Amino acid sequence: MGLDFTVVPAHLDIILLGCLWTIAIAVAAAVLSFFGGIVFAVIALYGPWFIRLPFRLIEWVFMGTPLLLQLFLIYFGLVQIGIDLPAFVAGIIGLGLHFAVYNSELIQTAILSVDKGQMEAARTVGLSRGQALRKVVIPQAVRDVIPPIGNNMIALLKDSALVSVIGVSELTLSAQRAIGATYRPFEFYLVAAAFYYVINLGMEWAQRRIERRISISR
Amino acid sequence: MDFDLMLRVYPFFLDAAWVTIQLSVLTALLGLTCGTLGASARLSRFALLRFLGAAYVSVFRGTPALIQLFILYFGGPQIGIQLDAFEAGVIGLGINAGAYMTETIRGAIISIDKGQREAARTLGLSQWQATYNVILPQAARLMVRPLGVNLNMLIKATALVAAISVVELTYTAQRYIGSTYKPFEMFLLAGLLYMIIIYATGRAVTWLDRKVQIT
Repeated sequence: MGLDFTVVPAHLDIILLGCLWTIAIAVAAAVLSFFGGIVFAVIALYGPWFIRLPFRLIEWVFMGTPLLLQLFLIYFGLVQIGIDLPAFVAGIIGLGLHFAVYNSELIQTAILSVDKGQMEAARTVGLSRGQALRKVVIPQAVRDVIPPIGNNMIALLKDSALVSVIGVSELTLSAQRAIGATYRPFEFYLVAAAFYYVINLGMEWAQRRIERRISISR
Repeated sequence: MDFDLMLRVYPFFLDAAWVTIQLSVLTALLGLTCGTLGASARLSRFALLRFLGAAYVSVFRGTPALIQLFILYFGGPQIGIQLDAFEAGVIGLGINAGAYMTETIRGAIISIDKGQREAARTLGLSQWQATYNVILPQAARLMVRPLGVNLNMLIKATALVAAISVVELTYTAQRYIGSTYKPFEMFLLAGLLYMIIIYATGRAVTWLDRKVQIT
């Protein structure tokens, strides 16, 4: 059959639109996974045992099963219990929760590595435990984990391709639409891959800049 | 929770888990091969090989594995590559995993002190002998644990081949969710089997890691 890239420009508009959706979904899921990761980390470290234990179990399940399977559970599971969310919301929740668990692991280690004296000093000057955590310990912990969280966010971008399977019209599904119209899978998947690659390079560049800034400010 | 249903369908999930294990083993073997070749290329004396190695890692780690799989399986016939879904799954995931393993293997090798090679050379070993008898045995010990992490990710990544209709665990779960409308039960079955596979692999890696350490 051979390759023919001249069919690509005519469908570039839906590919670009898909690209925007991919970025929007990845950003929303990244924000969810970041703050979710902080909340999960605090629960895992400071929660009462009857919350902490089931929570550990959930964390363990999330880390031990594939994201694709989790997406099916969230998408179809929510429908079963009567919550009919649009696919892209289910996708954002699934991606966000999955990576929140991975971020939480990083943040937990970072919180534990913040010097104990910081908490003690904060308590001495009259802050409550919650305030000390929120205003003193967590900000320092988060600064330490920004580089590895950046790696997770790059992984999140690539894994956002999976939400195409539950019918979210992001970059991968847009490519599939174009393929449905042209029967040219190689060309359009290659174009989609190129877009992912460029976004990925941009993220790596941003990560390097942020890392440099953190290392200067320290 | 519909336990009757779970009891009725679990044999199908066991068959599917066996496919997932086969996929994982074959993918891991191909990944290790690609990773070894990739790391050799990245550490080569020749600039062209170094460039090709770096490009391999960058491209395959910089794009989604799902897209790579689609290019191979759906796009392959256009350039004369006809594979069935299982073969495409193993080859696509294996090449992808190889890119990650390249970095793991390379990282372990470059973390061996330069003095080791210099000492070996001083004692009269050739470059080749120094690499094979001095550097690699030490690097191999450092690789076990990070390769274990690669392996863990690879097992979960085998779920992607559900998208090209390989009847493995995730595909089976998806099919039964569709036909029974019991997502939690099906997730529980598939999830448990995944966790057993991953837990067992993790234990094996820990055992191997402990075995190769010199204490």
